[in-house]
This record gives sequence, structure tokens and C-alpha cells, in this order.
Amino acid sequence: MSTAQLYLSTAVFLLVMGLYGVLVRPHLLRKITALNVMSAGLFLIFVAVAYRGPEAPPDPVPHAMVLTGIVISVSATAFGLLLIRRVLEVTGRAELAVEPEERTAANRQSVTGKRPSPRTEQRDARP
Amino acid sequence: MNETLRNDAWLAAPILLPLLTALIASLLPDRARVRASLAGATATFVASAAVIAGVVRGGPGRHHLGGWGAPLGIDLYADGLTALMLAMTAVLGAAISVYATGYFHTARERRCFWPLWFVLWTGLNALFLTADLFNFYVTLEVVGLSAVALVAMEGGPLALTAAARYLFVAMMGSLVYMGGVALIYSQYGVLDLTLLHGRLGVGPVGRAALALMVVGLLAKTAVFPLHLWLPPAHSSAPAPVSAALSGLVVKGSFYILLRTSFSSFADSALAAIGPFLGVLGGLAVLWGSLQALTQDRLKLMVAYSTVAQIGYLFLLFPVAMPGAGDAAWQSKAYIAGIFHALSHAAAKGAMFMAAGAILHAVGRDDKNSLRGLGEKLPVATSAFAVAGVSIMALPPSGGFIAKWMMLVAAVRTGQWWWAPLMIGGGLLAAAYIFRMVKFMFFQPPASAAELHPIPRRLEFTALALALTALALGLASVYPLAVAAIGAPFPSNWFTESF
Repeated sequence: MSTAQLYLSTAVFLLVMGLYGVLVRPHLLRKITALNVMSAGLFLIFVAVAYRGPEAPPDPVPHAMVLTGIVISVSATAFGLLLIRRVLEVTGRAELAVEPEERTAANRQSVTGKRPSPRTEQRDARP
Repeated sequence: MNETLRNDAWLAAPILLPLLTALIASLLPDRARVRASLAGATATFVASAAVIAGVVRGGPGRHHLGGWGAPLGIDLYADGLTALMLAMTAVLGAAISVYATGYFHTARERRCFWPLWFVLWTGLNALFLTADLFNFYVTLEVVGLSAVALVAMEGGPLALTAAARYLFVAMMGSLVYMGGVALIYSQYGVLDLTLLHGRLGVGPVGRAALALMVVGLLAKTAVFPLHLWLPPAHSSAPAPVSAALSGLVVKGSFYILLRTSFSSFADSALAAIGPFLGVLGGLAVLWGSLQALTQDRLKLMVAYSTVAQIGYLFLLFPVAMPGAGDAAWQSKAYIAGIFHALSHAAAKGAMFMAAGAILHAVGRDDKNSLRGLGEKLPVATSAFAVAGVSIMALPPSGGFIAKWMMLVAAVRTGQWWWAPLMIGGGLLAAAYIFRMVKFMFFQPPASAAELHPIPRRLEFTALALALTALALGLASVYPLAVAAIGAPFPSNWFTESF
């Protein structure tokens, strides 16, 4: 198996593993981790694509794309972690409610859009 | 598309101005923030108008950012389709900005909304002006992350859960799309749409790449059966955000699919994918409409209606694909699809804004609290009803023109089986909209309770957008002519019979 093929098969394995994790694991932290495994697989595809044989230097364009991808992935992960922490604070669970429950809750609850959010006070009060 | 396009440095302005506004708005104190935001919205609107005027006068334009051309640099490209998408974003964006000045009461809400909203606007304009597949990914992420943050800003358990679910679908969708882009790069060594013209989807690697791209984009556009994240996210966001999500954000990933399908896909690939997209669209029309019929909350009903209306957008693919029949009718189906995106943006924006005004005035939006509102909130309820005319596709609205053109094109290209679906979807839309309108106008008030006073601009922006959706039908000649500028169809349909 050539180096490029080894990279590519590892990449596809990571990608599928990550996808499985996001879809199947209920815990939100696991989902975020699985998304990162997926991105790692994706970046590896780009690294493999950049390979142009043992003599020639690698193609720099996919490398630049991976760099951009990493920046996006880091920002999205940071934002995702913050978001799931808020979900945990407000709902008490680090999982997403199943669909039917949520819909009935949505129909019951009257959303005013003016309700003051308790979160900011909570955060300040914490030691 | 050819290489001798005029160079138009204005193309960067609708991206840079909202980005600058987002930065300024995040730094300023509360009062100055709203003023700076309105100035930024005006500037973005004017810049978009300048780009549109350039396209209308001089044809498609292109700009190499920083003087670096494709394949290494970042290219911006604008044709008639770009111009219409920019116009849609500018009009709805301006309306949302005006509406938001009256909608948000607390300094915290304004601190969250304004910078994020301009980041979203930046991402949308950048997406519509992008000329290569990788930058589509970057702009999709800018749009996606700011949209998720805007959904989460309400802060309640429903909004946060909806935002988290939206985040996972959006991220997965872009990563899968990106996998397709990587495979395309491995095959061709370029990602520029012009350089890829008519080449995508050939051979096993090409087909795998295309499959990944399309599935990623379908998830982000919330096409049946990948739509489950949309109704909770769109209905639990604040009303100006809901209007942006339903009116603009879902059109972003649809635009990528439309643009790449007709400019970069090989004919055989498009002919293979077209019917598949059509079937998904048809199922979305039926399923979304039936769900909308059973919703008791106004905003959830409007959100499910979005699922159904997105379905209509995908009916254009089988009708407009190559080999389906007469080229003139194919191009009409393509342009009808674009027109549907425009009128849906105006009508759906109006509906969410009317729902937001009702929510502020009444405090709730379940169907029983709508009783008798026609008398108490005449402008908001009329805006909802007028926007409904376009969603139901009754003449003379924009929705009617779009769906009528698509219907005729389907029959003329020998695909009559889409016709009952299009008509049925319109009837179902009439049913779910009249169901709410009945409560507003034909039922006695539920209680004598006074309404909260609301700023008048909440009602009047909604009405202005609803009238825009109507006017699109009356003045449809102009947008249809713009859509034909640089359209990827050989025959000039506009000079032929219409």
C-alpha cells in the first residue's frame, strides 16, 4: 500500500467513525469530539491529495485549505463547547431532548420573547 | 462565463461593509451601537445596489481579490443570479434591521443581535459572490455559526436545544460537503466554478464527490428528510432572526446547489440527480404542508411552511435538467425557481415579522390567542394575510408567477406528474394559512385583555415586505430579465415566446 493510499484509507476511516459518533452518541460532548474526529479525517484527505510522488514537492493549495479548515474547526469547537455548557446549565442535561417531547413542550409553553434571561446573573454569582 | 469579463472592484463592498459594521457594532456602547448598525445597514444596501446596477448595465462581472487570480487567489463573480440574491438579501436585510430596532428591549439582546446579524449578512453576501467551491465552504461556515448563535441568543431551554441541534447538522453538512470538494480537487486540481464548467460528476470518484457535496448541502437546506432541525430552530429564534433564517439562510446552501448544478455539473450527472432532488422536494411539499396544518403555534406553523416551500425550490431540478425537453422551457423552470426563492423570502419574512409583532403585543402566539386580533392589530394581521396570498400562490403575487411558470414548464417538458404536486401544495398552503386567518378575522376576541403597546414599525415593516411579495408578481418582468443575465442556458428564453 502506498503512502497516499494509507493516508486516504485512514482518512475515510476517521471520517466514518466521526460521522457515526455525531449521529449515535447522545452526550453532547461526545458529539463535539466526534465532529473533531470527522474534521481530522477530512484534513487528512486534503493532505493525501497534496501528495505528488516521492520526487515532487507536495501541492501547497490543499495545505492552505487545511489551515483554513483548522481555523474554522477551532472556532466552531469553541462555540460548540460554550453552547453545550449553556444547554447543560439551562436544561440540566447534556443531551438533546427527543423530538416529540420537545414539540409538545413548544406547544404548551407560551414564548413571550421578553422573558429576562437568568443566565448572566447566574454566571456572575458563581464563585 | 468567459475570461473577458469586466473587472468590478465594487464586488467586494457588500462583503466588507457589513463585516466592518459587525466589528464596530461589537465595540460601541448601546445607543451608538444601534445608530452605527443602521448606518452600516444603509451602506450595505447601497453597495449591493451598486453591484446589481453594474450587472444590469454591464453584464456579469468578476474581481480577483488582491490581484491574485484563480486558481490560487480568491475570485468574486456576479451575474444575474448573484444580483437577484444580493437584492433579496439587501431588501430583507434592510427590513430586518428596521424591525430589529423596535423588537429588542434589553441592552443584552441588542449586544447579541447586532454584531451577529452583520456577520450573518457578511457571510450571505460573500456566499452569493463566491466563485469557487472552497470559499463556498468558508462562507457556509460563517453563515452557519452566526445563524446558530442568533438562534441561541433567546437563551431558553427550547432555543438552546434547537441551536445545538442546528449546530450539529450544520457542521456535519459542511464537513460532508467539504469531503466532496476534496475529492473534486484530487480529480481536477482546481475548484473555480468557471474552470470546472460542465466537468463534475464524471467517473466513480466524480460521482462520489458529487454525492457528498449534494448530501451536505441538502442537510443544510433542510430538505426532507433532513429537515427535522429546522422547525424548532426557526420558531424559537427571535422574530427578526426567524425572518433571516427562513428568508435568507436556507437559500444560501440552495444557491450553491443551483449554481454548481447548472454551471459545473456534467449533463449526465445533473440528469441523474435531477429526479432524485425532485422527489425529495415533492415529499417536502407534502410533509411540510401537512405538519403546518397541525401546528397550534403561529411561529411553528410558519416554520413548517418553510419546509414545504423549500420543497418547491427543488422541483426545478428535474424540470430544468438537460434532456428533459425544450431548452426554452428548461430555462424558464430554472428562472421560476430563482423567482420562487425571491418571493418566498419577502413573504416568509413578512409572516415571521407579523408573528413577532403579535407575540410582543399578546405575549403568546397559540391559535386561540389569535382570536379577534384582526380588529386589534389590523396592520400585522393584514401583513400576515397578504404574505399568505404569495405563499398560497394566488395571483397577482410573486409566488403565483413562480409556481405558474414552473407548472407550465413541467407540463411542457413532458413531466406532467409534478403538476398535481405543485397544485396540491398550493391548496394545502391555502388550508394552513386560512386556518390561522380564520382565528384572526372571523372569531370573536378571546378576552377583553389589553394588548401591550408595540412600536408601529414592527407592523409596518411586515406589511411593507408582504406588499413587496405582491409587487414582485406585478412587476415580475424586471427580476425575470435580470435572472437571464449570464444564465447558463444557450437559448435566450426572454426574446422567445413568453
